[in-house]
Amino acid sequence: MKTVVEFVRPALLVAWKDVLLELRNREVVATALVFGVMLVVIFNFALNITPETVDVLAPGVLWVAFSFAGVLAMSRAFVAEKEEGTLDALLLCPVSRDSIYFGKMLAMFIFMVVIEAALLPIFAVFFDFSAFSATLLGAIVLATLGFAAVGTLFAAVAANVRSREIMLPILFFPLVSPVIIGAVETSGAAIGGSGAVVSTGRWLQLIAVFDAVFLVVCPWLFSIVVEE
Amino acid sequence: MASVANSARGGLRWNIALVAMAAVMVANMFFTFMFAPTEATSGHVQRIMYIHVPMAWLAFLAFFVVFCGSIMYLWKRTAKWDDLASSAAELGIIFTTLVLITGPIWAKPTWGVWWTWDARLTSTLVLWLIYVGYLMLRAYSANRSQGARFSAVLGIVGFIDVPIVYFAVDWWRTQHQRLVLGGLSLEGDLHPDMRLALLVSVIAFTLLFGFLLRQRVSLKRVERGVREMREDAEFMAEGQR
Repeated sequence: MKTVVEFVRPALLVAWKDVLLELRNREVVATALVFGVMLVVIFNFALNITPETVDVLAPGVLWVAFSFAGVLAMSRAFVAEKEEGTLDALLLCPVSRDSIYFGKMLAMFIFMVVIEAALLPIFAVFFDFSAFSATLLGAIVLATLGFAAVGTLFAAVAANVRSREIMLPILFFPLVSPVIIGAVETSGAAIGGSGAVVSTGRWLQLIAVFDAVFLVVCPWLFSIVVEE
Repeated sequence: MASVANSARGGLRWNIALVAMAAVMVANMFFTFMFAPTEATSGHVQRIMYIHVPMAWLAFLAFFVVFCGSIMYLWKRTAKWDDLASSAAELGIIFTTLVLITGPIWAKPTWGVWWTWDARLTSTLVLWLIYVGYLMLRAYSANRSQGARFSAVLGIVGFIDVPIVYFAVDWWRTQHQRLVLGGLSLEGDLHPDMRLALLVSVIAFTLLFGFLLRQRVSLKRVERGVREMREDAEFMAEGQR
């Protein structure tokens, strides 16, 4: 019992630190949100979305906006720590690296969910579909967890290398491509109700497997990334 | 120092292995262009299979070597495992690129299109992107040990990701059946002579892969030796001043 508290409490504190910082300067969520809305506008011009095509196009547009806005928010998570030199202080704390990983991951997950919760009604209004189904919300939570699991690890990697703004997306998107496929398929079924051959449950399972695998592998690798 | 010079020159046994590999490569040319029967429907273009399939196999073999080398590097922290992993990654990129080039050349006359978003093709492309990221990560790292550490992390995550990508794209394809693929399927109905030619080709190219991997690893070792000698010399010159 004591060990669980020793692990969970520092993780929650790290996450709370990031949330508090965000509440004070509103840097990450605000910029990512504006970027997301801008993407919707550009997609509207690029694809000429009409009521006839909205069922086909909306899931794709939704997830491109979510993942691009998300990766923008992620890249800030460790860059700020690196610039201010606070990452070293964080690593000097007498807590396990796993706690730091899960704390940073939880904060990233919260930011992304807030961004997505704000973008979803905007989408629903612009493209006139009902955004609130259990399947869609389930897909958003599971996919965002996968994004945050892989994103935390590679945001820590990218913050330490040159041209880090571009390195995070280059490393991140190929790795999460199965999550994006699964999320788009599930959302498509939830929004349009198109005749799905592979059931949405199977897609959610695939994303859940991805989450489980990388929530085990990434904390271990995170401790290697931040060593020295 | 002696070990560096030795490994670069190679022994007599290595030279014999080299000649044997060259002989198998020449034999492979005979099997590919003369022994293997011409395919009935698509004709000579089908012979590209004897290059395409071994390349695809070697790409996966190379990335498996990257995975093992990465785990061993993070465990032992000796530079030789990083040399192995990064050399295999470079070769894997070359073979994946060749798969992505020979594939469309074969697909256009057989399927009528250069590219289709089939599970195998799409996951190969994603694989290519992951390992290009691997090489970029090494190039952009602050120093060598950091580059080795970070790329080992990606070498592990990337390889674990491959089956998940494959399943995802495979299911996605079954939902979006845009094009029915005709022509030759690789699994079942291969003519025995074709099967033999393919086997010879896979063996020949695997030997080539082993040769290239060994050369690249020993080149990296020599490069490191030279770098260390230069650093020592600079350090000593610094001391004399």
